[in-house]
Amino acid sequence: MSTRIVSISPAFEDLMPNEYKELVENGPYGKDYKVTDLGKYKELIEEHPLCAGCGLALSLRLVLGSLPSPEDTVIVGSTGCSALVFPQVGLHNVHSLFGNQNAVASGIKRALSLRFPDQVKDVVVVAGDGATADIGLDMVMQSWFRREKIATIMLDNEAYANTGGQESGMSMEGTVMNMAPKGKVFPKADLPKVAEASGCAYVAAASPSRPGKLGKVVRRAILIAREVGPTYVQLLSPCPTNFKTKPSDTVVTIKTREKEKSFKQYEYISDDARSFLSALDEGKQSEGKKSEGKQP
Amino acid sequence: MLQQQVRSPEYLFFEAEKKKQFLSGSEAVREAIRKANVDVAISYPITPQSESMHLVGDLFAEGYVKEYFRGENEFAVMSSVAGAAMAGVRVFTATGGPGTMRAFEMFPVWAGSRLPIVCAFLTRGINSPLTIQPDTIEMAFLLETGMLMLHAETAQDLHDMLLKAFIVAEKTDVHLPVGVFADGFFVTHTKEILHIADADSKLPPYDPHCAPVPAMDMESVPVRQMRDPFVMKSNFISYAAHASWQQEIEAAQERSRKHLERYLGGLVETEHEDAEVLLITSGTAVSQSREAMAICRKEGLSVGLVKIKSIRPFPSDELRRLAAGKYAVIVPELNRVGWLAKEIKARVDDPRRVIGAPRVFGGMTMPAHLIVDEIRRVLQ
Repeated sequence: MSTRIVSISPAFEDLMPNEYKELVENGPYGKDYKVTDLGKYKELIEEHPLCAGCGLALSLRLVLGSLPSPEDTVIVGSTGCSALVFPQVGLHNVHSLFGNQNAVASGIKRALSLRFPDQVKDVVVVAGDGATADIGLDMVMQSWFRREKIATIMLDNEAYANTGGQESGMSMEGTVMNMAPKGKVFPKADLPKVAEASGCAYVAAASPSRPGKLGKVVRRAILIAREVGPTYVQLLSPCPTNFKTKPSDTVVTIKTREKEKSFKQYEYISDDARSFLSALDEGKQSEGKKSEGKQP
Repeated sequence: MLQQQVRSPEYLFFEAEKKKQFLSGSEAVREAIRKANVDVAISYPITPQSESMHLVGDLFAEGYVKEYFRGENEFAVMSSVAGAAMAGVRVFTATGGPGTMRAFEMFPVWAGSRLPIVCAFLTRGINSPLTIQPDTIEMAFLLETGMLMLHAETAQDLHDMLLKAFIVAEKTDVHLPVGVFADGFFVTHTKEILHIADADSKLPPYDPHCAPVPAMDMESVPVRQMRDPFVMKSNFISYAAHASWQQEIEAAQERSRKHLERYLGGLVETEHEDAEVLLITSGTAVSQSREAMAICRKEGLSVGLVKIKSIRPFPSDELRRLAAGKYAVIVPELNRVGWLAKEIKARVDDPRRVIGAPRVFGGMTMPAHLIVDEIRRVLQ
């Protein structure tokens, strides 16, 4: 997308809402902002309608702040809490149904590759754990089997939160929840391992408790999906509303889980992805050297 | 692959020289798609549809279709074609029977998202018990999904309707999915002589800028809809937005009438419409009714025929006028529920004159004498 597209016709300048003006003047389109730049520019997300302390909102803000090319990124979502946010995000985003996000994304990616063969068009799936690991698992895995060049990001709040806190495949074993009145009787699904075995070139588990790391893995996942193959990122994003924790304790909750070893950061990089990443680093270094050379 | 020249739809449909080809219905699908300038086709096997999408796969291998793959199930396929259409390309797929049922949740999404997807429904019975035989019951379920529905009588119809479907679907004032229905086996697996244009011509490409909704390609302003979006909110503005959106889809369906009249030459075709008894039906039941009409007319009985080509939009005014003052309207159907008879009864001035019979289903054929018997019974 040319950044000219978003610019405002002078005749309408007075009429445009301030948040749009800010987005045009100081937004992330065409910039190369990273998570560490948050706060310095107008973010893609305009407020959000989620609960106080929502881990998912936190993850989403960091994901949107980590996109390598927001001006050419299409987000595919699914039904759930996150679907409520996307109408307030300054990107083309699609909600079609519950669970079919990776099938929709496959179609979008193939169509955009036909229409813009020489242009970057990142297709990023952002969906909850129910959408990814339960109702949509077949389509998620099949998109990996087919090696679709899309990045799949799961916002894992370990429940069907929007419908009132029911058990999902990603809930912890033993947790008493709606539809699991005696506690969940089977363990949390190990989707990173499934992703690895299903052909993902890059798999990571992270959380908003470490924003820098989250930004890095999201960026890697999108860049590798662009060039190498499918990628999967799982972001632990606790739900204070359904699990009855203090909204201000969301990050503490994650850190406790890390201490208890019921959550750990994880990264798998395939050989192809690894050589792609090192080529990328070398390119950056040589670019850096070039620009250094230009300096007087 | 033949070098193809882009020609106007009018040229391809009305002016181009038509040559004879002896083809099955599945091959007719192939020949339509060969000239349809399709970007993305996605397939999934189900009898009796499979062969048509094998042949579309051959078109991909030859270069006539730009992208093609086998999806994982019909729900996923209908989701993937939706994604491709949202991203601004022309798409095609096909299914039938249980495949239609498996995919069902996506059809209202196609219409609601204003996607000009063309899908061939090569109909068959639905479970249980398991059957792969012809039956048009799935059409009953699809009537209110917002898609346009054309019903082919023959392989010729199937070929022509598919090509025309893309053009009607993509009109800015319509921009809705079109289902082109043909009775499985009776049309897909039998051969007939078609008159079709040469494959050296093809339709103009789809232009996503003619869509009433923006393509999801980040090439237009990714405007944030609003600070307090109406999606999923419990307030009147939210309800009104959803309600008016549904009404607009209905209106878009209505606006397709003029295009269908132009390209299909009307939503119905009639033979001896002044007769005392009218057979009104669609699909292969039309061919059987035509046979029955010929037998009856030889015997001096006053019998005419109305072939309905468009089920959605439904030719309500046409049928009300045609049925007025008739002694009887007989509606033969290849399904148990008689959805077409219900549709007609709901529109004509005297529904008591509409007889929903004969009906065959579960894979049975409809011999002309069954229809003749019904005509004789009514006239007694």
